[in-house]
Order: sequence, then structure tokens, then C-alpha cells
Amino acid sequence: MLNTKKTMAFTHKSLIRKLTLMTLLVLTAVMFSLPAMSVESLRGDDPLNSHSVKVGKYKVKTEEGGYERNFKKQPPLIPHKIDKYRITLKNNGCLKCHSEKAYKKEDAPKVGDSHYITRDGKTLKHISRRRYFCVQCHIPQVDSDPLVENTYENEE
Amino acid sequence: MGLFSKEGTLKILFFGFVLGIIFWGGFNTALEATNKEAFCISCHEMKNNVYEEYTSTIHYSNRTGVRATCPDCHVPKEWIHKIIRKIQASNEVYHKLLGTIDTREKFEAHRLELAKHEWARMQSTDSRECRNCHDFESMDFDKQEARSANRHEQATEYGWTCIQCHKGIAHELPEGYDPADDTPEAPKESDE
Repeated sequence: MLNTKKTMAFTHKSLIRKLTLMTLLVLTAVMFSLPAMSVESLRGDDPLNSHSVKVGKYKVKTEEGGYERNFKKQPPLIPHKIDKYRITLKNNGCLKCHSEKAYKKEDAPKVGDSHYITRDGKTLKHISRRRYFCVQCHIPQVDSDPLVENTYENEE
Repeated sequence: MGLFSKEGTLKILFFGFVLGIIFWGGFNTALEATNKEAFCISCHEMKNNVYEEYTSTIHYSNRTGVRATCPDCHVPKEWIHKIIRKIQASNEVYHKLLGTIDTREKFEAHRLELAKHEWARMQSTDSRECRNCHDFESMDFDKQEARSANRHEQATEYGWTCIQCHKGIAHELPEGYDPADDTPEAPKESDE
């Protein structure tokens, strides 16, 4: 009796060992096959060991009068090229036309009033530092088709 | 066969003529050599500051590959103006020897003052060096964006010159300079 118990315990143990080994094997197999199989971005699969698809060259669009907004409070899109204007710690090229001092004579839209308010609610004479880097929110558009189909409709 | 004989005079005249050509040619060659971009950026003050910034602008690199090098904008083309500018430039050699702007920090500290000199020079000549290539007469306003066309029309109407609006196009603008304070404004139309 004692003996059989011992052997039973032994076989039980080896079974568990076998099972763990198998599950590990299966898991590793699954792990290695997964990235190749199912992980893919919306823009398609782009394996590391081959050249990526060449990106087309698109020209920045100029839109007289500016783009319409797609939803309320959307940061307005930039309707012109911006590669000549640089934003550095010393100077902000956008403000050459869009600042409170310049917008009238340049006939350009003025920077939004909210951009003169600090996070503590104080209204400044000049643009608030947290709004200084225009292209964090405002971007130009190129003449290209959307990369991914979407069904978004403009908010009324 | 003395020096003052007819033959001697002819000899002197001939050698004078030849020497004149050599000296004038040498002078001109030296002048041309100092009018090359390679000469301008042989000093680190120019190479590491203004030239470095210029390489990312449209006057250095563009679609058709036409370039405006340093002397095209900073040295007049016509002889008399060129000589005057070259003589003034001896002051720059003096400050090179003094090391007035031999670090980036020193350069930045002097930048506004130096830029103001150049702006004043350009304004006083009605942006002569810009107009070597750019000419209102040849500008097709229809091909410009509406806003630029408007501003250029105002400029021709009120007699503004390039540099009044186009500062910091080939180099960074100095700290503490706000173009909005400076750009010209069309006078308000009087009520009639």
C-alpha cells in the first residue's frame, strides 16, 4: 500500500511536470507566431527586415480664407506652407503675422484670446508660454487621400 | 642713350603699362578672392553662426538650385560701392583680431546690434543687393498668395523696401527683436 501510494504520488508529480512542459512549449510557439500573424497597425503590416513602402510626396495645400473646422473648439488648421517660419526660444515666426500687434496690418487671423491666459487665469499682454509652440495643435494639410477610411462626419 | 632720351621714355612707358596691368590684375584678383563664400566662412565666427543658419534657408537650398551666397547679399556689385564696403570691412578684421564675437555667447550678445547695422545699410540703399535678383517689375502678383500680393502692392504704392518686412530670412532673428513692432503699415484711408 505504502509502495503504491509512493508510485502514485511519483506518477502524479511527473504528469504535472509533463503538462507544464507542454503548456510552456505551446505558449512559446504561440508567442513566436503571434507577431507575424495578427499584430498589424491600421496602416498595414511593415516588417522590419524589408524596406518600408515609399511615402508619396505631397505638397502643402493653400486654402484662401482658411479651412472650416470639423468640430467645435478644433484648433484651426493652417491654410498655408510653414516651412519658412521657425519657432525658437528667441523668436516665433508665426507671430510675425498672427500676433496681437501684427494681425491687423498683415490682414491675418489673430491668435485666439484663450492663448493669452495663463493656467492661473491671468490675462497677459503677450502670448502665454504654454501656447507658444503653435504647431503642437495647429497643422498644415497636404493634398492626399486619407490613409485609413473613416466615417467621421463634421459636427454641425 | 640716357634715361630721358626718346627711347628711354618709351621703355618707361612700356614697363609702366605692363606693371600697371600686373598690379591692377593682382589687386582685382585679391578683391575677388575676398568676395567668395569660402573666404567668408574661413572664420569660425561666420561658419558656425550665420552660415550654419543660412544653410537651412531658401537662399541656400531650393527647388531649382539657384543660390545667393554671402557676398551676393552683403557686398555691393557696383565697383565704387563695393570698394567703400570693402574699406568698411577692415573694421571687421580689427574685431576678428580682438575676438569680439569669438564665442556663440559673445555673438548672441552682439547680434541685435550687428543685425541693426546690416538692416540700416540695406534700407539706406533701397535693398540694392536684394534687387540684384528680386524686382517688383518682374513680380507676378497673380502667382503669389493673396496676402503676399496685397502686401507687395502696398509696398510699391507706399515706397517700402524689401528689408523693411523681410528681416531674418537668411539668418535667425536676434533675441529681443519683434518684427511686429517694425513692419510698415498701410496708412489708414481718410474718410471722404
